[in-house]
Amino acid sequence: MPKQLHKSDGVSLNFTLSHVKEQYAAFFIDMANATEYLKTVFKNFATKKFEFQEFLKQCYQIGNKSVSLISVTGVIIGLVLTIQSRPPLVQFGAVAMLPGMVAVSIIREMGPVITALICAGKIGSSMGAELGSMRVSEQIDAMEVSNTYPINFLIIPRVFAAIVMIPLLTLYADAIGILGSWLGINIKDTMSLRYFINQAFLSVDFQDVIPAVIKSFFFGAVIGLVGCYKGYNAGRGTESVGVAANSAVVTASLLLIIVDLIAVQITDLL
Amino acid sequence: MEKEANNVVIDIKNLKKSFGDLMVLDGITLQLHEKENLVILGKSGSGKSVLIKCIVSLLQHDKGSITVGKHELTDISEEDLIKVRRKIGFLFQGAALYDSMTVGENLTFALSRLKEKFSKQEIKDKITEALENVGLPDAIDKMPSELSGGMKKRIGLARTLVIHPDIILYDEPTTGLDPITSNEISNLINETKAKFNNSSIIITHDINCVKIVADRIVMIKDGKVYKDGKLEEFINDKDDYIQSFFK
Repeated sequence: MPKQLHKSDGVSLNFTLSHVKEQYAAFFIDMANATEYLKTVFKNFATKKFEFQEFLKQCYQIGNKSVSLISVTGVIIGLVLTIQSRPPLVQFGAVAMLPGMVAVSIIREMGPVITALICAGKIGSSMGAELGSMRVSEQIDAMEVSNTYPINFLIIPRVFAAIVMIPLLTLYADAIGILGSWLGINIKDTMSLRYFINQAFLSVDFQDVIPAVIKSFFFGAVIGLVGCYKGYNAGRGTESVGVAANSAVVTASLLLIIVDLIAVQITDLL
Repeated sequence: MEKEANNVVIDIKNLKKSFGDLMVLDGITLQLHEKENLVILGKSGSGKSVLIKCIVSLLQHDKGSITVGKHELTDISEEDLIKVRRKIGFLFQGAALYDSMTVGENLTFALSRLKEKFSKQEIKDKITEALENVGLPDAIDKMPSELSGGMKKRIGLARTLVIHPDIILYDEPTTGLDPITSNEISNLINETKAKFNNSSIIITHDINCVKIVADRIVMIKDGKVYKDGKLEEFINDKDDYIQSFFK
């Protein structure tokens, strides 16, 4: 016997369809807003005065906020990679390759991606929350009505600070990660730091370093642009600040993985 | 688009603004004259703040026209909008001080980014003068978090005055203040007008403030102008809705 449809089924179906439609519409509106935002950021960067003092302040903020977290994470990643990779290499009698293998993994992938994800959490959320709270308390409106171009003062310095600082933090994370790897090797074996570094850098060349550094510039742009976009376009209520911060982290993290995938494909083709 | 308007500094005609299905302004027509304190009165949610945000193009109106000086705001160019905003000072409800900057930096921020260039000494003199005008000459190195509500409003007003605007828009300047501070702010609005000869629109539902500052009152109800007149006309009006404000 066929199931009899009730009025409530229709309501539920209608609700679901309208909900899906709304979500699609919201997605495309968001895309249009994001495109307009990017256009304005680039236009203002090209035509208006660059706020150099604010850029330096943001560079300091990004470096200062992230360096301790990146130090701890870097050491642990180096240690863990070394400890996990050692048994199979011992099995194949290739333990001498351990420093080089870990160094290449850290420089090509782990360093840039882990640094970017940490910064998306730390810096992206902070940008989203800070600008979101400025939007809620009408500080951005106050800048706008006094002709002081909030995009130039609030967004462009933050985005460029992220573009400059993320690659630097990535190089720092690479160095710390390799140091962690040396500590990892010295848990079971004994190896001098000089010998370890010689072994590690025998396997590393510029083709490993350059694409990773270029990739981290794009990671910086993603973190800066997304964090600022979410904060700058936050709603008017106080809960919007939390939503903006959360959304900045989630969106930036997702985009970072997508950018990484594209970067790996491009590097693979070269 | 350029227009000439005799003695009228802001001319609003049949202004409409809605948010989704909610019509907030439904054909507002009003004028602000030179050296006039115009109070816009209405209950919360009646669209008073929306109206003044449309005047500085923080919100785009749907229909009608807003003319500030010679400039009509519909489809205004960025260059003309800068000229319009240069003439207008806006005191936000919560003062909207930049909380990462000191009071001095708050005042310097707009001043140092104007097209007209000032020397460091000129900027310092202007800031000192603006802070003296609002009675807080010693607050220059304080952070906004160290200020009381009334002090924040005064600094907000100083930040507005420092660029010497022709028109000042006050968004609920006395909301959240005790009666004494509220009276001080209202008197400050009058002193500002006397000293700088500017025109003002004051959005409020504080009747004490209305009695102190109003040269003329426009009452808004359901997105429309309900009554436009002098304070005495409002006080003597027998209409229940009007009297609910003034009793």
